[in-house]
This record gives sequence, structure tokens and C-alpha cells, in this order.
Amino acid sequence: MTSTQPALGGRIDTVEHAAATPDHPQPYRELGLKDDEYARIRDILGRRPTDAELAMYSVMWSEHCSYKSSKAHLRYFGETTTDEMRAKMLAGIGENAGVVDIGDGWAVTFKVESHNHPSYVEPHQGAATGVGGIVRDILAMGARPLAVLDPLRFGPADAPDTKRVLPGVVAGIGGYGNCLGLPNIGGEVVFDPSYAGNPLVNALCVGAMRVEDLHLAHASGVGNKVMLFGARTGLDGIGGVSVLASETFAGDEAGGGRKKLPSVQVGDPFTEKVLIECCLELFRSGLVVGIQDLGGAGLSCATSELASAGEGGMRVELDRVPLRAEGMTPAEILSSESQERMCAVVRPDDVEAFLRVCAKWDVIAVEIGEVTDTGRLQVHWHGETVVDVPPRTVAHEGPVYERPVERPADQDALVADGPERLARPSTPGELRETLLRMVASPNLASRRWVTEQYDRYVRGNTVLAQPADSGMVRIDEETGRGVAVATDCNGRYVKLDPYQGAQLALAEAYRNVAVTGAVPLAVTNCLNFGSPEDPGVMWQFQQAVRGLADGCRELGIPVTGGNVSFYNQTGGTAILPTPVVGVLGVIDDVRRRVPAGIGAEAGETLLLLGDTRDEFGGSEWAHVVHGHLGGRPPAVDLAREKLLAEVLVAGSRDGMVSAAHDLSEGGLAQALVEAALAGQTGCRVVLPADVDPFVWLFAESAGRALVAIPRSEELRFTDMCSARGLPWTRIGVVDPASKALEIQDVATVDLAELRAAWEGTLPALFD
Amino acid sequence: MARVVVDVMPKQEILDPQGQAVARALPRLGFDGVTSVRQGKHFELEVDDDVDDATLAKIAETFLANPVIEDWVVRRVDA
Amino acid sequence: MTARIGVITFPGTLDDIDAARAVRSVDAEPVALWHADADLRGVDAVIVPGGFSYGDYLRAGAIARFAPVMTEVVRAARRGMPVLGICNGFQILCESGLLPGALVRNAGLHFVCRDQWLRVENNETVWTTRYDAGAEILVPLKNMEGRYVADPATLDELEGEGRVVFRYLVDGDASQRYLGIDSPNGALNHIAGIADARGRVVGLMPHPEHAIDALTGPSDDGLGMFLSVLDALVAA
Repeated sequence: MTSTQPALGGRIDTVEHAAATPDHPQPYRELGLKDDEYARIRDILGRRPTDAELAMYSVMWSEHCSYKSSKAHLRYFGETTTDEMRAKMLAGIGENAGVVDIGDGWAVTFKVESHNHPSYVEPHQGAATGVGGIVRDILAMGARPLAVLDPLRFGPADAPDTKRVLPGVVAGIGGYGNCLGLPNIGGEVVFDPSYAGNPLVNALCVGAMRVEDLHLAHASGVGNKVMLFGARTGLDGIGGVSVLASETFAGDEAGGGRKKLPSVQVGDPFTEKVLIECCLELFRSGLVVGIQDLGGAGLSCATSELASAGEGGMRVELDRVPLRAEGMTPAEILSSESQERMCAVVRPDDVEAFLRVCAKWDVIAVEIGEVTDTGRLQVHWHGETVVDVPPRTVAHEGPVYERPVERPADQDALVADGPERLARPSTPGELRETLLRMVASPNLASRRWVTEQYDRYVRGNTVLAQPADSGMVRIDEETGRGVAVATDCNGRYVKLDPYQGAQLALAEAYRNVAVTGAVPLAVTNCLNFGSPEDPGVMWQFQQAVRGLADGCRELGIPVTGGNVSFYNQTGGTAILPTPVVGVLGVIDDVRRRVPAGIGAEAGETLLLLGDTRDEFGGSEWAHVVHGHLGGRPPAVDLAREKLLAEVLVAGSRDGMVSAAHDLSEGGLAQALVEAALAGQTGCRVVLPADVDPFVWLFAESAGRALVAIPRSEELRFTDMCSARGLPWTRIGVVDPASKALEIQDVATVDLAELRAAWEGTLPALFD
Repeated sequence: MARVVVDVMPKQEILDPQGQAVARALPRLGFDGVTSVRQGKHFELEVDDDVDDATLAKIAETFLANPVIEDWVVRRVDA
Repeated sequence: MTARIGVITFPGTLDDIDAARAVRSVDAEPVALWHADADLRGVDAVIVPGGFSYGDYLRAGAIARFAPVMTEVVRAARRGMPVLGICNGFQILCESGLLPGALVRNAGLHFVCRDQWLRVENNETVWTTRYDAGAEILVPLKNMEGRYVADPATLDELEGEGRVVFRYLVDGDASQRYLGIDSPNGALNHIAGIADARGRVVGLMPHPEHAIDALTGPSDDGLGMFLSVLDALVAA
């Protein structure tokens, strides 16, 4: 063996050694710690940290794990959560994922996380391990993972690097998720130049359990055993910490140390599938007191969080960890991000049964330690102590920054440059051409090329999947109870007005859940932003958080969890601020779900619900036709969104609605095209006489939906809308005999021509 | 014409689930004593004589292998 | 009386609960069979369901064929027990030698998940008697290695003996043309499923167990396969 000797001349840096060598220089800066942070660690410990402790603190105090730049702002979510909102939550922020009560004794948990940077470096594995990580988060709540969704953002669709990144990401998500056996039921694919050097790969997982089976990550019970199970621990994702193993902290090639390791982690979905079944059997058998997944920061995170949550003490024998690589140091083992591992707390009497279940599933499991009442997390290595710290100082008491916040100087100019000056199509010929161009544009075109690579059927409970407005899965086969999930965010709106843009993302996800007939219940988010060291980015972040929190309070649905991803930028240029919002809804019987495709019933009337205004700031039309971004985003009226949702759910419940589709990017025209193509049925549209057809077809006013109502229900439905004060407009009829979208006085386009335009774009770009 | 062989293997420190699966299956089939299996790719290229080593190295590095997770070896084989 | 139909679970099997649900939906009794047990628990028929057994890392189905339970399946099949292999199950049956040919990577090189029209070419196997000959059914297809291949002699034999059970309908969906191939995966003769010489062992790539209810699938066209075998077992 060569190049595997740790620093200190082959000697492991123990607590004893650290106390005796206070002046030993340590590469804390290379590990991302600031001078004052390192000083604070020395202060906490009353000595210098060992290599292993330094590895733990540096990774746990990183932006990614500690939320040090965002914490001060995220508190606002808690401050705006009312008791009524909290009543639905069984667990909230602080747990692996939030849990909500959906009735009938069922609890549902969902969470979205980013895997942006790894997916740029190695698109396939980065995206794959993103799926794996979020699935283990859900598993760690005691839930069976039910489905995944992937909100994705890429650079321009025709950029050469997008051809590298997108197919890799899609194959990675499909390769992992399909092999894991979870249906992929939705998400987003958005193209914008700002994501060119920094794609966003977010992954959402939803899971369910019986309320009584909720497993929180509590290491309670002194004497209980700590079990590590799943894959072996290798040198995955420890590029940063490898400087500790280097003689010279710079980690030069020739030095005796292990040189810069690739930070790419490779996922093994087969191991994860087996791990899921193994965990669920352990839960069913009542063999687990507490459980935690190993994700970013690996064992550092799992042990410090488990210990903090329980009686406050834990002893770990690190040399018992099954390894995949030779010569790994304690610091490397503690920070390895090897995938497909879990950590459980088990009563001593249950250890044997625990090991039996693991053996059945061929899952490696070892006892690595036990819960203590010392208030310390103590890690031993071949009999010597290499870590001795108060666990909360690692897991929860990291630094908190009040970063400078400042509205960007050019924000006024951006808002002042409205879309009013842009040339608009006016003749029927121009409108027809605009319609076809929009339908074929990368952000509006069919996502089939992507979603066809994902299994949507596995487990047999998928009721709606892409391109439906929200994904829907059945949870209870007896009663038909199920959940719907949608994710949304228009980064252009957020750029123009972060507060309002975040509310628009919330409103759209909320609406997407409601159009399928489900009642929106809870919110999760993945806040993707540029560098927190840029005051302008922090302003966007602060405003978006406030907008989202205030919006949730107004809608009365709690934020149950979230994730923050900073430093999404290429050079000095940040991405469009992208707070992806996920909304979860409950439907008491999935058989009454409302699809988007028209033509299911003979004789349907098309109604447009809501108000249409001349709103084009940040619109897809301005982007596609003029490459323009400026002005104000569409107005947001959350009281109206709530009313619209109530009407849609009531319409579904009373069987009055045969199809419904949200209006968003691309406006009414896009909604009509999608509804007609989904239902493979034509329709005749007659816009009101006194309106500007361009505005009605392409404006992106919020709070609107297109619904198809069986003629026999039309009066009852419109009476309900009028009685509740929801504006509605009769805009046409579904025509089962027609194979065209006919917009009177504007254009008639065959469905075949629309389909060719809509379906052709992504295959032409990526096949 | 010359024959060139390019062998691409997952880097030593990178997890190789495929090789692991084969290694785990062998004892079940009664083949004992195999302690590790790693699975890679083998390419055989027929190239014109004027294609130089630098070009071959570039083909391997930029296309056949993914340098982030794989190592590769290029060698000319006598015809 | 009703029939007891075994559903095998290998590590990495995914569609076992779907196959069991399909069996239940025709009022037969699903019986869980474990890969490591050389025991068919007295079942009347066996389904080898879809998924990625052992991760499918070497070749799809290559490791699963050596599982103890498969030795029993092969033995029972030789005696005439009805066996259905779906997707990964089809791959395993080919690797086991119960069915000829092999499944290789889709011509488009991508995983493909779509609702696929099939034509029932043979309604005389024990798994297809409920269909009309030539019936067109809509069933999900989802796989990475779904392209059926066999040598010319085997293909001639399969075609000559009417052992091609399902064929992909390739003209129905205009959108497929964008893939630049005229079938979802480039299977020879558009073969989606085949039978053994006695018509008791059937393997197919599409998933009839995902088409038992229009709520969760594109149709309920897949039910016919489970009803067919039940007819045969109850009559026996």
C-alpha cells in the first residue's frame, strides 16, 4: 500500500494528542472554516480539535448542512405558522421531512432537496444520488416512499453543454428511480440561459405511513445500540477532507498524502431498493427506536444529530464500520458520503432480531456504538478517543450569519423596462404563427422525451402522472384515499419581484393540486439562489422567503420543511432566483380525480375561470418571441386562488367537472392545446366579442383555470361560481367530431399539426 | 490500419455496483475464492496509420471514458 | 375453488405487488415465493414479475436464473405448470432456457415507459384464451432491455409454430416516428411476447399487471391474461 498514511507520521490524531499539541497547525481554511469559526471550535472544546473533530465541524458547519446564511431568514416560516396550520402537522422543520395528517389514520411525508452541483460535475451520478438521498430522508421518517418528482432547470435547450447535462441527468434519475421501483409522477423541465453553468436538479419524494408508525430520529434510551446498515463506507465525496490526510495541507500530487479524491458518489439503486424493504420490515417488526439516513456529511451528521436528539450522549467504535477502501482515516470515515447507508438506534434485546432481518435482505449491518448519558459524542478508533464533543455544537449550534441584504441597484431599471413596448401579433395569421411557435418552444413543448424515460406505473397506485397538472398516487386501496403533489416556480417572475414571484410559485403549485380535485394541505420548498455573500442575492432570498411564508399563512397551509441551495452561479452571475415550491394535497377518493384532457364526456362546455388581464411581464411570450425580461410579474391574489381551489374541489366532489387544466406559462392558448392533445379531442373556442385575442390567448394572469363541464352540469356549475363570486366565461365547446383546435376569427389548427409542433422539439434537440 | 484497444474501468475508489453484484453472486453459484470483481468496458478500434497517439489519448479521455469516475488504458495491438 | 398463483420476489423485484394485485383482482389467490427458497409452496401457476433482480448488473436476468426458486420453476414448467414472465421475468425465463432468444438494450438506448398497443397473435396459450385472435390491447411497456432478438432459425421456428403471442403495433402512434425507429425498442419481427412449444410458458415485455384498471393504467386489457390462466386451472 502507498499513499494511505495519515498525517502526523502515520499516527492518528487522538484527543490526547490534540490536547498535548495545541500549536499543531491545522488546515481549517482549506476545509472551508473561517478564522473565527475555528477559534470558536477551540473555545467549545477547550483545546484544538483532532483531525476527526475538525472534519466533523467543518462539514457540519458548512452552508449546506448548517444553513448559516439562511437560518436567520428561515425563522420567519415558524413565526408565520398559526396554531391552525400547525394542527395538521405531526412533525415539521427540524425533522428529516415534515409529516402531515391526511385523515383515516394516514400520515404523509414529503420533501424536496437539491443536488445541483454534483449534477453539473457528473450529470448521471449526480442526479441519481439526488434521488437516492431524498428517498432515504423519507424512509428515515418511518414511511414507505411512494413516488418521486424532479424539478429540473437547464441552460438554453440548444446549448452544447445542455446536450451533455440534460440527457445525463434524465438517464440518472430514470436509471436510479426505475431500478428502485418508485414511480416518477411529475416535476418540471425549464430552460433558461442563467442555468447554463449551473443546472438545478431538485428531487422530491413523498411517502406514507400509519400515524402510529412515525419514527423520529431520537436516540433515546441509555444503553440502546447504534446500528449502521446498508452499503460499505468508501472514499466517496470526501474530496475536501482528504487534505487532512496530506502531509502538506495543499495536497500536492507528490506528497505522502492521499491526493484530491473525486467528490463523485456513485449510486447503487439495487442496494437502496433492498435497504428500503429491509427498513420497512424492521419498522413493521418494531425493532427500531430511532433512525437517521446518512446523506451529506455521512456519519458526522447521523451520529451528531441522533445524539443531539436523544439523551445527549453517544459512544461510537469507528473501527467497526465496514469499509470499501483500505487505509481510511477516522476523519475520512466520518465524512464519507457513500450512498445507501442508514443508522438506527435499537434496544439491546432487539439487536439479534435486527441483524436477522438485515441478513434476510443481504444487508450488511454492524453495531457501532451505544447511547450514553454523558452529554458527549465520543468516537473511538482502535481503543483511542478521536472525537469527544458536545453533539449539539456540531449538529445544531453552528454559526449563524446576518448577511448584508440590499436591493440590487439595477432592480428599478429591470422593473421599469416593461413588456408594453414589445411588438404584438394582431392579425389572425400572426396569432396562428405565434401559437405554433409558442407550443414548440422548449419551455412549453411536450416533456415526453424526458418523462418517457421514467417508470410511472410501478407499484400500481399512480392515478395521475406527467403531463398532468399534478402527480397523484393512491395510498389506501380500500378507501381510495390518495395524495396529489405539484412543484412549480417561474424564476423570471421571481427575478422581477422575489416576494411576489415566490407567491406566484406557491399559487401555481396550489392551483395545480386543486385542478385535479385534491385539497391543498402542506408546502415544502427548495430555495435555489446565487451566492449569499452577494447582498443582492440575499435580498432576493429574504424577499422570497417572506413572500412564501406570508402566502402560506394567507392560504392556511403550513410549510413542513425545505432545503436551501446557495452558490448557484456561473462566475459572478447568479441563476434566476428559483424557490421551487411543492404543494401536497389530499383527495379522499382518487376515483374522482379530474384529468386535464377534454372529451371524456359527450358534450362538454369549456369555461375559463378567473380574470384575464394584460399581463406579460416575465411571460413566456416575451421570452420566446422577444428574448425580453422586464416589468412586473402577474398580480397575485391568494384569496382568489383559495376560492378557485374551493370551486374546483367542489366541482370534482359533485361530479360537475370532466376536465380541468391550470393556466400558467403560455396562458390560455397553451392550456387549450394541452387539454385538446391530452384528450385527443378537438374544440371550438369563441372568445368574448370585446376582448383583445392576443391578451386572452397569451397573457399569464394568475388565478385561472380551464374547465370542461358536461352540458348537463353547466348551469349548476356556473350558478355555483356566481354564488361564490368566482368570475367565469364561457369560451367554447368540446367537439368530439373535430380533430382541430378552432379559435373563431383567429385560427384553426389541426391537432396533428399541433402535436407535431409540441412533440417534435425535445426529440429534435436531444435524440 | 492498426488495431487499438481501449480498456475503461471505474476508478479504484469509485463504487462499482455492477462488479459487486457479480462478486456477490459467485459464492451462491458455488464459485469460492473470488474476493473482488470490477466491471469495465473494452473497446476495439480499427484506425488508420496516421492517427497518432495523442489523438487516441484524446478519443479515450474525452469520449470513451468519463475522467470524473473512470480510468482508461490505450494500447496498440499488433496486427 | 380457486387457483393459487405464485409470485416470485427476488432482491430487486419491483412489480411483485402489482402482479399479486392482478391475481387478486380475478379472485385467485396470490402466493408470495421467495428467491432463496427452493419451494413453490404447492402453487398451481407461477408469475415471474418485473423489476431489476439483483440490480440486473451483469445482464438482465443473468443472476436470477440461478436462484434456488428458479430451479423449481424450471422443473415445474417442464411438467407443464403455467408460467408467466413479465419484463424482467421474461428476461429471466430466456436466461433460464425456458424460452428461446434474448432481450437486449432498446434500439433507442433509453429506458422507455409508454402505453403500448399490442396485437394478440396467439389466443391458444394458457395465458391468452380470453382474447380474440388478432385483438388489439393497450398495455404499459417500461424497460431498458426490451428488444427481443433470436437467431434466424429460432425466429422461423417461433413464427412457423405460431409461438409469437404478442406483437407491437407500430403504426398506431404518430409520436413514435420522432424516435426514428418504427417500434418502441427495435424488437425483431416486432415481437413483444412468445410462448414455449406447449403454450404454457409465456414471456412478454409489456406489463399486463399494470393494465387491470383504467384508474391506474391505460386500460384493463391486461386482465385477460389472468382470467385465461384461471379458466385453465379451474377447469383442470
